[in-house]
Amino acid sequence: MNPNLKDASISALVALGLFGPMIGLKTESGSIGLFLIPRPLALAAAVVAVFFGRLLLLTWRGQRPRGTQTNHKLAETIKRSGRFLTPALLTLAIVLPFISGRYGIDLGILVLTYVMLGWGLNIVVGLAGLLDLGYVAFYAVGAYSFALLAQTFGLGFWTCLPLAGLFAATWGVMLGFPVLRLRGDYLAIVTLAFGEIIRIVLLNAASITGGPNGISGIPRPTLFGLQFTAAGGHGSFTGFFESIGYPIEYSPTQRVAFLYYVILGLALLTNWVTLRLRRVALGRAWEALREDEVACRSLGINVTVTKLTAFAIGATFGGLAGAFFATRNAFISPESFTFIESAIVLAIVVLGGLGSQLGTALAAIVMIGGFEVFRDLADYRMLLFGLALVLIMVLRPRGLVSGRTPSVALGRRREISAELVAEGRG
Amino acid sequence: MDSVLLRVTDLTMRFGGLTAVNALSFEARRGEITSVIGPNGAGKTTVFNCITGFYQPTSGSIALTHPNGAAFQLQTLPGHRIARRARVARTFQNIRLFAGMTVLENLLVAQHNALMPNVGSGLLAVFGLGGHHAAEIVAIDRARGWLDRINLLPRADDPAGALPYGDQRRLEIARAMCTQPVLLCLDEPAAGLNPRESDALAALLKTIQADGCSVLLIEHDMGVVMRISDHIIVLDHGKLISDGDPAHVRADPNVIAAYLGEGDEDDPDVPLAAASDVPLAAAR
Repeated sequence: MNPNLKDASISALVALGLFGPMIGLKTESGSIGLFLIPRPLALAAAVVAVFFGRLLLLTWRGQRPRGTQTNHKLAETIKRSGRFLTPALLTLAIVLPFISGRYGIDLGILVLTYVMLGWGLNIVVGLAGLLDLGYVAFYAVGAYSFALLAQTFGLGFWTCLPLAGLFAATWGVMLGFPVLRLRGDYLAIVTLAFGEIIRIVLLNAASITGGPNGISGIPRPTLFGLQFTAAGGHGSFTGFFESIGYPIEYSPTQRVAFLYYVILGLALLTNWVTLRLRRVALGRAWEALREDEVACRSLGINVTVTKLTAFAIGATFGGLAGAFFATRNAFISPESFTFIESAIVLAIVVLGGLGSQLGTALAAIVMIGGFEVFRDLADYRMLLFGLALVLIMVLRPRGLVSGRTPSVALGRRREISAELVAEGRG
Repeated sequence: MDSVLLRVTDLTMRFGGLTAVNALSFEARRGEITSVIGPNGAGKTTVFNCITGFYQPTSGSIALTHPNGAAFQLQTLPGHRIARRARVARTFQNIRLFAGMTVLENLLVAQHNALMPNVGSGLLAVFGLGGHHAAEIVAIDRARGWLDRINLLPRADDPAGALPYGDQRRLEIARAMCTQPVLLCLDEPAAGLNPRESDALAALLKTIQADGCSVLLIEHDMGVVMRISDHIIVLDHGKLISDGDPAHVRADPNVIAAYLGEGDEDDPDVPLAAASDVPLAAAR
């Protein structure tokens, strides 16, 4: 018997066992309680679908060439299109507020926030190869430090932004110290716990953080001291244009568009710093650490310090994004900093391809943007979303943009195929 | 006595109940190639791991004296300090290159401390400050020089993991040399090389020695060992069984017994002299 047929038959048998009670029997409430209606046709349809589905899958697999060779053509295409994709995406990002309405800009802000978080986490996970499941902690630290500084000392957004980054970096180092000896799964568990600890502390330190009620009335950012208010007058955006003789109408979109450019600027800053870091000794040491920690030590690289800088710099960008999140929403509560946020950001990084800036941006657009676009599908979008993730991971197990560009070259920089690049073991 | 570079005194390393190295004492002199040989499991790599800080020895001391007089007690230093301050570089028995980075990048990572003396300067480099650019030009020049020496210059931009095995071995030595060591520790650099590659390796080690770098070598290829060593140390079961120049070691009955087993126990008829031809034949 053909092994594929045999395999498919076994799958169909398993399906029969599973679907027998679930699909084959339906409960109906009648006048004297529940009674069962057998549905043999529906059951047969499900089992037959499984049988042929499995058969098709196996045949497809059998015809696919062995190994990862198949991906090379795809990777080459993506790489070539990547050269045009980056400027195209950048242009789109810059002109978006002019060509789209309020909803589009809001969605843009959301996507860019995740792009920035993805790029920040990419430093820790993608470059240094340290699996961090608690990245949301730094996002929360940034948001809360800005909110509390603004509330307590009346400081503005631009003063607090670097402070929020600094606080987050401090927490990054504090997380870094205990987890330095851990690798792989253990590192993931401790960082996961760290994320939860921060959230629970925020929830319970009610006298400082407001507990579950959160903090409201967080100030909006200003444009060189100009505020975006409907009232107009001196010190406002519309008032400024009035005073120089070009009066314009106030619209809330101006404020949203401004916020959009703030996060675009922050995200591009993250990207620029990351790209620069990759080209200098520190970034190269991170990548070397991901490749082989023991060899790093034998070359005189202080592994502790190198890991801590990765945590601290990754955390800084998480903190900056957090401060932005607080100022955009004007209200924060521990609800916004649950584990699912860490998971989404990590999924963006992994899906995009570890260490790839373009991949992370694409993945954020697909994951966050796609999720919003399919809002009409209600609960089914979760299903579609999961399916899409599985599909991408099957087709491109190393992420959308795998492969690595060398940081320095004597001649032409040539992409290094993903098979050679280590993913880091923590 | 002045010429002693490395002095190991009563070095003992225990893993639970297993004594891998037992009260070992030896010296390595400056400018020499000192080989450590012995049967499998004799504790050679353990000694290396103690010297380079990967293991903390159970007891004993490892003293390193630089030509300029600076002295280090290696057993008290963490691994990265030994590489950076005491300037002891090493390679690994199973090659540990950064496979996903290019050949050139591998050599630049080795010069990390020259490029980035501290975290502050590392961060300044992001903004193009702190002299990183100038340091990188020097580092690339040094890397280029080493690539030229090991004939890998045309492959500088290829990923290290894609190189043939012999090239990877040489690249690992070049990478260690890029840290500008005083002492280079090589753990079986000729393993898996064909005879021609072994010859090239021996020649490379001779040039490294001529440049003034002392070499500590673990090797099973007796041809290479006997040809290039100035001084050989033989270990068996964690103990020193012979210590001297190649001619002395080759003739030492203890060494022959260690390599072939004790002739008088299992097979009393095999005379030592006859057996001595077998393991060390390649050296003659």
